[in-house]
Amino acid sequence: MLRENIRSWGLPGPFQHQTIDLALQATDWRESTTSVLAFGNGRSYGDSCLNDRHCLLLARGLDRYRTFDAETGILECDAGVMLSDIVRDFVPRGWFPPVTPGTRFVTLGGAIANDVHGKNHHVAGSIGSHIESLVLERSDGSAVRCSPHEHDGLFRATIGGLGLTGLITAAAIRLRRVETGWMRVHQQRFETLDEFFSINAWAESRYEYAVSWIDCITGSGNARRGVYLAADHATAEEIGARDKVPAAGRTKTVPLTPPFSLVGPLSVRAMNELYFRQASVKREFLQPLLPYFYPLDGVLQWNRIYGPLGFYQYQCVLVRDAAVALAEMMDVIVRSRQGSFLAVLKQFGTRPAAGILSFARPGLTLSLDFPNRGKTTHDLFKALDAIVLSAGGALYPAKDARMSAAMFEAGYPSAGEFCRWKDPRFSSSFWRRVTGTE
Amino acid sequence: MNRVVIVGATSRIAECCARRWASKGARLCLIARGDERLDRIRADLAVRAGGNDGIATIRFDALEFQRYAELVRTAYDFLGGIDIVLIAHGDLLPQADCEQDLELLRTSLEVNGTSAVMLAEAFAMRMAPTGRGVISIIGSVAGDRGRRSNYVYGAAKALVDRYLEGMRHRLAPHGMQIVLIKPGPTATPMTATYGQPGVRLADPEHVAELIVHGIERGRTTIYAPGMWRWIMLVIRHIPERIFMKLSI
Repeated sequence: MLRENIRSWGLPGPFQHQTIDLALQATDWRESTTSVLAFGNGRSYGDSCLNDRHCLLLARGLDRYRTFDAETGILECDAGVMLSDIVRDFVPRGWFPPVTPGTRFVTLGGAIANDVHGKNHHVAGSIGSHIESLVLERSDGSAVRCSPHEHDGLFRATIGGLGLTGLITAAAIRLRRVETGWMRVHQQRFETLDEFFSINAWAESRYEYAVSWIDCITGSGNARRGVYLAADHATAEEIGARDKVPAAGRTKTVPLTPPFSLVGPLSVRAMNELYFRQASVKREFLQPLLPYFYPLDGVLQWNRIYGPLGFYQYQCVLVRDAAVALAEMMDVIVRSRQGSFLAVLKQFGTRPAAGILSFARPGLTLSLDFPNRGKTTHDLFKALDAIVLSAGGALYPAKDARMSAAMFEAGYPSAGEFCRWKDPRFSSSFWRRVTGTE
Repeated sequence: MNRVVIVGATSRIAECCARRWASKGARLCLIARGDERLDRIRADLAVRAGGNDGIATIRFDALEFQRYAELVRTAYDFLGGIDIVLIAHGDLLPQADCEQDLELLRTSLEVNGTSAVMLAEAFAMRMAPTGRGVISIIGSVAGDRGRRSNYVYGAAKALVDRYLEGMRHRLAPHGMQIVLIKPGPTATPMTATYGQPGVRLADPEHVAELIVHGIERGRTTIYAPGMWRWIMLVIRHIPERIFMKLSI
C-alpha cells in the first residue's frame, strides 16, 4: 500500500513509501520490487528509519513474546515488541531492560539496529552487549539465527547495522533484575565543566546510571552550568512502605502541529533558566522509574511542538581531548543563539560495542535538538562537525538527517567491512545519502 | 472472573483481549482453527501469564456444529467452570462474491451468524444453571443497518444482535451477563485485504481494552471505539429515501 503519512521523529515529510505490514499481510516481503527496510515505531530522528520512494516493512505488529526464563532473565520475543511492553509486563515481576534509551516507545528490533545506549553505558555498554541471539531474514530466502557464537560476523553487523543486513524478526534479550519500580536519584548542580568532570568521576564509580543536563544558552569557556543526575534502582528496603510498582502517571498528548515552532530563543532561555533553578544544589530522592528514565514519554507526540518544519537532533561522541572539544562546541552553540531545550551530556564507558557500526564508543557524548531554521541551522552544524572531526568523533545515525559522506566515513571507518554483510535488497534514505549507493 | 474461553482465539481483537486477561492471572481455553498462529499466541500468553499450565488450546472449525457440545464440555472440564466466554471468530468474505455464489453466501451467514449464536447457546446450557458468568460475542457496527457494500456480513451480525437481545431477556434475570460487542473497522488481518483508503482503522489494542473494561463494568452493548454508538445512531435513523441516495 502506498503511504504518505509515515515520518520519522524529527522529519515531518511528506515521504512516499510502499508499505508491507508484516503482521497483517500474507504477502512475502521478498516479492517487493524495490529495496526494503524494516520500520518499527519510527523513533529515529532523521532518515535512518526511512526508505523514501522505496518500500518499508512495517514490523511493529510482530509483537509476541516467545519464551521467558525466570532464572536467567532471558526473554525471547518478536522484534516488534516495544521496550514499553517489556517495562509494563516485567517490572512487576522484577525485571527491567538491561539498557534503555530515553524513550521506551522503541521496538526491540529498532533498538538492536541502532545499538542504542542509555544512562548506564559506563557500566553496561550498549544494548547489543545484552542480546543473546537474533533471527534475521535475508533476501536470499534464508532465516539465520545469529549470536556471538553462531554466524557471529552477521551478528556483529546486525547490531547497530541500521536494519541493512536483513529483517530482524526475533531476538533474545537478557533482562536485569530489579527489586522495585523506583529509582534512588542523586541530583547535583554544577557551575563549571571542571566541576562536571569531578562529579562525573565520583558518580560513575558509585551509580549505575549517570547523565547530566547542560545549559547551552549562557556561560563561556569553563563556566557552564548544569544539573547532574545519577541513580540506582531502589531496593525494597529503601522504598519502605511505598507501592513496589508505582502507578503509571497519566500521559498528555500534543494534539496538533502548530503552524510555527514553539521552540524559539525566548522559550529556550526560559526553559533552561527554569530547569536550573528548580534543581537543588544537591539532594537525594526517590523517584518512580518511568519519569526518571522517560521524562519526555509523558507527553505523547512532543515532536509536534517544533512545527511543520520539524527539528534536528545533533548527537556526537568526542573521543580525543574531549573536554577541550566540548568547551569549544558549547562556545559555538551559545554564540549561535540557537541553543537547545535539552542538551544532554554523558561519558561513555570503555566496554567495547558488540556491533561493527555501533555509535557508542569511549568518549564524551553530547546531544542537542534544534528547530529546523534552514541555512542558519545547517551552518551551525557544519561548525560543530569540524570540532567533532578534530576530536576523532562521530555522529549518531539514529539522530541524523544531514551528516555528509565524509563525516560518516570518518566516524565509521569499519563501514567497508560492514558492506560485506549488508543485504543487497535492503537500503534506507540514510544509507543512500551517506554512501551514494543503494 | 478468571476462567475464560475464547472461540476464534486467533482473531486479533480476541488475542489482544486474551493478553489483558492473561496478565491479570486468568486461566484461558483458546479455541481456534488449527494454524500455527495459535501456537505462537499460546506461547505469548504463557509468557504474560507467567506459565503454561493455565492455558489450553483446542482446534476446531466454526462449521463443525456437531462438535459444539463436546467443545463446551472440554473447556468446562479444563477450567473447572467458566466465568467469561468470548466468541470472536468471523470471516469477512467479499460481498460481491457472495452475491454470485450461493454456497459462499451460506458460508458467510453460517460462519458470522449461525455458528456464533449456536455456540453462545451451547455455552448457556452449561452456564445458565450456575446463575453467573458472561457470554459475549463480537458483532459489528455493520449489523446496525443493511448497506449495499456488505449486507451479507452485516445481516449475519444482525442475527447475532437480535439473538443476544433475546438471550439477555431470558438469562439476565438469572444473573448472567450477555454482551454484544460492536467494533468499528479495526486494523486486523481480517480487514487488511479490504483496506478502504480514507477509513481510519481502530487499533485492536484499544478495542480490546474497551471490551475487557466494558465486561468488567457489567456493560451489555459495547461499541468500540465508543464514538460508533453515536455514528450508528445517526445512520440507523436516516430516512430510507435519503439513505437510498447515499453511498456509505
